[in-house]
Amino acid sequence: METLLQNPWFVIPLRIVIVVGFVLTAVPVLVWVERRVLALMQIRKGPNRVGPAGLLQPIADGIKLFFKEDVLPEKVDRFIYFLAPAGFLIPVLCAPAVIPWGPDDRLTPIADVNIGILFLLAMTSLTVYGIILAGWSSNNKYSLLGGLRASAQTISYELAMGLSILSVVLLTGSLSMREMVLNQQGELGLLNWHVFRFFPLGLIATGIFLVAMLAETNRAPFDLPEAESELIAGYHTEYSSMKFAMFFMGEYASMVTISAVMVTLFFGGWLSPLPFAPFTWIPGPIWFLIKLGVFIYLFIWVRATLPRLRYDMLMKLGWLRLLPTALVNLFLVAVILWWRS
Amino acid sequence: MLNSYIPVLVLAVLAAVLAVGMVVLSFLLGPKRPDQRKLSPYECGVTPVGSAREKFPVKFFLVAMLFIIFDVETIFLYPWAVTFKDAPKAVQAFNLIEMGVFIAILFVGYFYMLGTRALEWEESERAQPRRVQLSDVARKLEPASREEAVLPR
Amino acid sequence: MFAQILFVLMAIVIVVTSIGVVAARNPVRSALNLVANFFALAVLYLFLYAQFVAAVQIIVYAGAIMVLFLFTIMLLNLGSPAELADRGEIKRPITWGLALLFVIVLAGGVFARLGEAQPAQDDLGTVQMVGKFLFADWVYPFELTSILLLIAIVGAIVMAKRRL
Repeated sequence: METLLQNPWFVIPLRIVIVVGFVLTAVPVLVWVERRVLALMQIRKGPNRVGPAGLLQPIADGIKLFFKEDVLPEKVDRFIYFLAPAGFLIPVLCAPAVIPWGPDDRLTPIADVNIGILFLLAMTSLTVYGIILAGWSSNNKYSLLGGLRASAQTISYELAMGLSILSVVLLTGSLSMREMVLNQQGELGLLNWHVFRFFPLGLIATGIFLVAMLAETNRAPFDLPEAESELIAGYHTEYSSMKFAMFFMGEYASMVTISAVMVTLFFGGWLSPLPFAPFTWIPGPIWFLIKLGVFIYLFIWVRATLPRLRYDMLMKLGWLRLLPTALVNLFLVAVILWWRS
Repeated sequence: MLNSYIPVLVLAVLAAVLAVGMVVLSFLLGPKRPDQRKLSPYECGVTPVGSAREKFPVKFFLVAMLFIIFDVETIFLYPWAVTFKDAPKAVQAFNLIEMGVFIAILFVGYFYMLGTRALEWEESERAQPRRVQLSDVARKLEPASREEAVLPR
Repeated sequence: MFAQILFVLMAIVIVVTSIGVVAARNPVRSALNLVANFFALAVLYLFLYAQFVAAVQIIVYAGAIMVLFLFTIMLLNLGSPAELADRGEIKRPITWGLALLFVIVLAGGVFARLGEAQPAQDDLGTVQMVGKFLFADWVYPFELTSILLLIAIVGAIVMAKRRL
C-alpha cells in the first residue's frame, strides 16, 4: 500500500476519483436534501415515492432527463448552444483540485500547486462564460437578459470574494490551502480558526465571503438571473434534457466546492473543533464533511427564508458595501499583523 | 516542480470528456419530434415579439470595465499578501505605506465613480432599453392571438 | 518528451485559434477563439516557470477582459455576421503587407538571438518571488500602475457617461 501510494500512475487517478467522485455523488444527494428540507420548511412532503423517503428521486430524474427530447430551437447558434453547458461544467469540476479534504497529503488535494487558491479563483471566474454564451446563443430575450444579469452579478461579487480570501492569505503567508488549514491548528481549538482571528476582523471577512459565495453560485436571495417571475428560467430557458441538467449539476457542484472553500479558509478544514481526546478520535475527513454539511444546509435554509433582492440593490450591495468593507478589513488585518510582529 | 500541474491537466481532460460526453449522449438518446411551435423561442406561450438580439444598457459594459480594474488591483494584492507575514517589521511598514498609496489612488477613481452615479441602476432613463408601450404590444399581438385561438392540427 | 508533445500541441492551438480570431465571421466566435488562445498561452507560461503570470493570464485576461469583450459585442448588437462584412477593399492589401512585415521582423528578432536563451530558475515565477521583487525593486512602476488604473476608471466612466 505504501509503495503504491508513492506511484504517481496510481495516486493521481486515485485522487481524481476521490474528489470528482465525491462531488458528483454529492450532487444527487444534495438535490434530494434540498427538496426534502425545503418541503419540510414549507410544511409539505416533498419527493417521497421513488425509493425509501424519495431517496432515489434524483436518480430517476437523471435517467428521465437523459431520454428526454433534446430540443434545438430555431435560430440558435448551434455550436455555441452546445458548447455553453460543457463550458459551464468543465471549470466547475476542475475547481476543487486544490482543496485538501483531509490531513493525508498523498490523497488530497489533487494538485498542490504553488498558486493554490488562485487556481480556484481562476476556475470560478471561468464559469461566467457558460452563462453568457448560453444566454446569447439561445435566441431568447429572457435568456439573454438572464445571462447578462448573471454574469454582471458574478463578476461584481468575485471582487468581494477575492478580497475576503486575501485576509486569510495575509494571515497564512501562503496561497496553499493546506498551509491555510495548518495555520489554524493550535491549543485553543476552534478559537484558533480564522473566523475568530483578530476579533471581529476575521468574522467580518467570513461574513463577506458568505454573502459573496451565495451571490457567486446564483443562489437565493441572489438568484436574480433565474427570477422565474420576470425571467422564466434565465439563461437556461431554452435548454432541455441533459443540457439543462448540466447547468443544474454545475450549480450544485459549485455549491459543494465553495462550501468546501469556506470550511478550509475560515473554519479549520479537517481540524477538530476541540483539540482533545474524544473529538480527535474522529478522523479529519469526517470533520470536514460535517462542516461541509453545515454550510450546504445553510444554503438551503437561506433559500427557504430570505426573499429575493432587487437587481439594483444587489449591485449596490456588492459595489458600495462589500467591496469597501472588505478592503478596509484587509488593511486592518495587515496593520494588526504589523503591530504584533 | 511543474510536475505538480500534471494532475490538473488530467482532471481538465477528464472533465472535458465527461461534459462533452453528456451533451453528445443526450443528443443521441432523446427522441426527435420537432414541430414549429416547439422550436420557436419560449415566451410563456405567446407568439414571440420582436427580435431577441436587442441592444443593451451601457451599465453592464461599465460594470465589466470597473470589474477589470478592481480585478487587476486584487491580483496585485496577492503577491503583497503572501510576502507580508514573513517580512521584517520595517519592510512590513514600507509595504503597508506602499499598498496604502496604491489603494488610495485607486479609491479616487472609486469615489469619482460614486460621484457620477455610474452605479445607480434605477435613475438611468436613457440607458434603459426602448420602452415598449403596452398598447403597441397589444395591437401587435391582436391578429396573431386570434389565429392562435384556433388550435393547429 | 511529454513536455515537448504538450508544447507543440499548445503551439498548434495558439496558431489555429489566432487564425480563428481573425477569420471567424461571427464576433462571438472570434472572442471564443481568443479565450482558447489565452488558455494555451497560460500553459506556455507554465513551461517558462511563470506560475503567477499563468494564473493572472486566466483570471484577468480570460476571466475579466474577455467578459468585457463579450459584453461589448452584445451591447453593440454585433451578433449578426452580416454587419461586420469587410467593406474597404483598399484596406486588405495594406493589412496583409503590414502582417507580413510584422512576421519578418519577429522572425528576424527570434533567429538573431537563437541560442542566447537561458533556462529559467525553478522558483522564478512563484507568487513569493513576484511579491519580493515587485514591492522592493519595482516600487515606482507598481505605484504608476495605480495611476494607469485610475485613468482607466475615469476614462471608462467619461466614455459611458454620454449614454448614462
